[in-house]
Amino acid sequence: MQHDSLLITLADDDEDDRLFFTDAFEELKINTIVNTVNNGKELLNFLNHPETILPNIIFLDLNMPILNGIDCLKEIKSNDKFKDIAIAIYSTSSSDQDVEETFVLGANIYIKKPSNFNDLKKTLSDVVIINWQYHTNGLNKDNFLLRL
Amino acid sequence: MKVFIKFDFNTVCKKILEEKLDACQIKYKILGFGEVQFLEKVTPEKLNLFSKSLGSYGIEIVENQKTILIQKIKDTLVDMIFNENVNVKSSVYLSEKLGYSYGHLSNLFSEVTYTSIENFIILQKIEYAKQLIINNELSLTEIAFRLNYSSMAHLSSQFKNTTGITPSAFQRIIKKRREISSKNIK
Repeated sequence: MQHDSLLITLADDDEDDRLFFTDAFEELKINTIVNTVNNGKELLNFLNHPETILPNIIFLDLNMPILNGIDCLKEIKSNDKFKDIAIAIYSTSSSDQDVEETFVLGANIYIKKPSNFNDLKKTLSDVVIINWQYHTNGLNKDNFLLRL
Repeated sequence: MKVFIKFDFNTVCKKILEEKLDACQIKYKILGFGEVQFLEKVTPEKLNLFSKSLGSYGIEIVENQKTILIQKIKDTLVDMIFNENVNVKSSVYLSEKLGYSYGHLSNLFSEVTYTSIENFIILQKIEYAKQLIINNELSLTEIAFRLNYSSMAHLSSQFKNTTGITPSAFQRIIKKRREISSKNIK
């Protein structure tokens, strides 16, 4: 199915990171609608809300209070309703172990949080464009792995 | 018990189209490349019914001319990649098949898909490589040869550049995922 804009949700407990994230999307050429939640619990509440239109991609911070990224990922992937949503891990860590663990648990994308705003824009743009190709070209999402 | 399944998407899609067209009592000819010719006048009601019956398969009737041409470019490229006998350059192949200059096709493609024809080809080739890696029947060297890479190293580096991970890491991750999902089924 082809839609005109990509729906994106970010779960991150850091207010600055949420702000940079939404700002970065404003300058991209693909139409996106971004909403943010403050932690994993809020994310699951949002997804489970009957009036929510499910996002195309969820960006998940790994270190969050209440419900961390890994537990969120497990919850999402074990729910048939959510398992088609692409999951991007968005973390300060870039250890091979974290990368592999999250991929094995079903994440599609692993992004090490870039340290400056221009890199952030570039990275998010790459993610969205590649995800768009999966979204519009019927590529097999089970094989969608991307590390940036 | 579980089995792995291989799909031939062209056959699947053609079969669905045939069944649905028959069900709607439309006389047709399937021209390939996503084109269906109606051999009689089709009422808007019938067309609507046909369109609706395809919805749940993720198939939709395209109406916009630009979108149609883009879809033809994509289909031609995918066909070229999966058909190992094509030895001409993609730019030549495309403009011959579709009857437009490569410059025109390439500009239109970038404008609508947010990526270039070149990147699309790389992405599709890597997708094909992933499929072959998972099927586990061919070595990486054989896969490189089949996809027209000059060497295994060239395939590996393009794989790493495109996905951020190496082919062997990819293989390991998919294998572990399958182990987990088969545990959950038991």
